Amino acid sequence: MSTLLPATPGQTVGPFFGFALPFDRCNELVPPGSPNAVQLHGVVADGDGRGVPDALLEIWQADADGSIPNASGSLHRDGWTFTGWGRATTDEAGRYTFTTVIPGVSEPAAAPFISITVFARGLLNRLFTRAYIPGKQLENDSLLNTLTPERRDTLIATRDRTGLRFDIQLQGTPDKPETVFLRYPGHQR
Amino acid sequence: MAFPLSEILPFANLNVVGTIGAVTTLIDSNPDGALASQSEISAEIGAIESAYQRAGVEETQPRLNYPPYRSSLLRHPTKDLHHADPEGVELWTPCFSERDVHPLEADLTVQHSGEPIGERLVVTGRVVDGAGRPVRRQLVEIWQANAGGRYIHKRDQHPSPIDPNFTGVGRCLTDEDGIYRFTTIKPGPYPWKNHRNAWRPAHIHFSFFGTEFTQRMVTQMYFPGDPLLCLDPIFQAIPDQKARSRLVASYDHELSTHEWATGYRWDVVLTGPARTPIENLGRGAHR
Repeated sequence: MSTLLPATPGQTVGPFFGFALPFDRCNELVPPGSPNAVQLHGVVADGDGRGVPDALLEIWQADADGSIPNASGSLHRDGWTFTGWGRATTDEAGRYTFTTVIPGVSEPAAAPFISITVFARGLLNRLFTRAYIPGKQLENDSLLNTLTPERRDTLIATRDRTGLRFDIQLQGTPDKPETVFLRYPGHQR
Repeated sequence: MAFPLSEILPFANLNVVGTIGAVTTLIDSNPDGALASQSEISAEIGAIESAYQRAGVEETQPRLNYPPYRSSLLRHPTKDLHHADPEGVELWTPCFSERDVHPLEADLTVQHSGEPIGERLVVTGRVVDGAGRPVRRQLVEIWQANAGGRYIHKRDQHPSPIDPNFTGVGRCLTDEDGIYRFTTIKPGPYPWKNHRNAWRPAHIHFSFFGTEFTQRMVTQMYFPGDPLLCLDPIFQAIPDQKARSRLVASYDHELSTHEWATGYRWDVVLTGPARTPIENLGRGAHR
C-alpha cells in the first residue's frame, strides 16, 4: 500500500450544503409504505449530547436479497429501481431518517450491515461507520469481535416499531459512548 | 482540573484544549462566540504546525481534532478510527449515469435567464484512485458562494447581495479518462463566526465518489495566491504544507478561452483502492 499516491485531503462539508446536496426523495431508497419498507432513523449528537442540526448522512447497502445494487437513477428516483444509495440531512434536533429495506446476506455467514458516511459542519473529514442488522449472525463477525461490548453496541442498530434505530455519537459523553468510526486500508492519516 | 472552568470563569463554553509552554489555552467552543482575535487563532495554528514538523511523521489529511476551528471541538471523535477491512457492499460503489445528471448541470452560468455577476471560469481536472487509475463515469457535485461571497442558503446572513442569476450548484459525471469539467464564476470570500474578523478564502465545495464506497470524499478547492489561506483554520487543519497545496487549483492559461473565461486545473486523488484491478475488471464497468 506504500506505493499509493497521496490522497487529496478532505475538508468539512460546511454549514451551507442544504441548497446543494439534498434532492427530491434523496432519503427514500424505497417509497415509504412499500412492501418490506423500514425506517432507518436516529440522532446525530455531539460531545455535549446535543443534536447536530447540520449533518449529512449517506447510506449504501445491499438489497433485501443480499445483492449489490448496480442500477443508476438515485438522483431521479422512479419508485421501482433499488439503487442502494441515499442521502439525508439532520433536522434541528439532529434527527435523520431513511426509508429503505433491511439488507440481506451478501456472502455466506457474513453479517449484514448498512454502510454509513457522516458529514457535518465542524467535522473536518468524513467519517465511516456501519449499522449492523441485529441478529444471530453478528456473533461471528470479525470486526465486532475486536471491540469491547460497549463499543460493539454502538455499531448495532436496534429494532423498533418503524424499523431500525441507529444513533451516531460523534464524540462520547458520560452517558453515551462514542460511535466506532472506521479506517480502511489505504486511508492515510 | 479540579473544577470545570465554566464555574471559575464568567464565560460559558470554555474548554482547556492544550498547554503551550506554561500557558494553558482556553477556548470558547460556542461557534457563534467569536471571542478570539485572528492573531490568537494564528498563534494556535502556528503552534500546531510547529509541533507537527517536530514530530516528523507525514500526514496527508486534516486533523479531526483541530481547536483553532472551534466547531470541531465537540464534533470530533476522541478515539482512534478503528481498522476495518472492507467487506460486501463497501467494496462497491453507487452507480450514476445520464439518468441522474443532465450535461447542462455542469454549467453554473446558464441556470437562469441572465448571466451571473462575476469572473467566469472553467475548472477541470482528473479524478484517479491511489493507484493512478481514472475514476470513470462517476458523480462529481459542486456548490459555492456567488461572486459577492453569499450562498443561496437560508442560514447565510452575510449582508452581500443574492445574485438572481446564480444558484451555485453543479453536477457532472467524469468521462472515460476520469475528467470532470465545470463552468462557473469565481466565488467571493466571506465572513464567518469562528473568531473576530474571520474570513473564509474563496473556495468551491466538491463531492466525489470512487470505485468503492470507502473512497467517498468531500472537500474544498481553493484558488492560488489567496492571502486568506494562511489565516483560515479549516484549510490549515491540514498540518502538512504539501498536503494543503493539493487543495489549491492551478491557473492554466491553456484552459482560458479568448474573450470568454479563465481556466483552472485541479486534479484529485481518492484513497485506496482495496480491490485489485482484476476484481474490478471482473465486475466490468459496474453500471
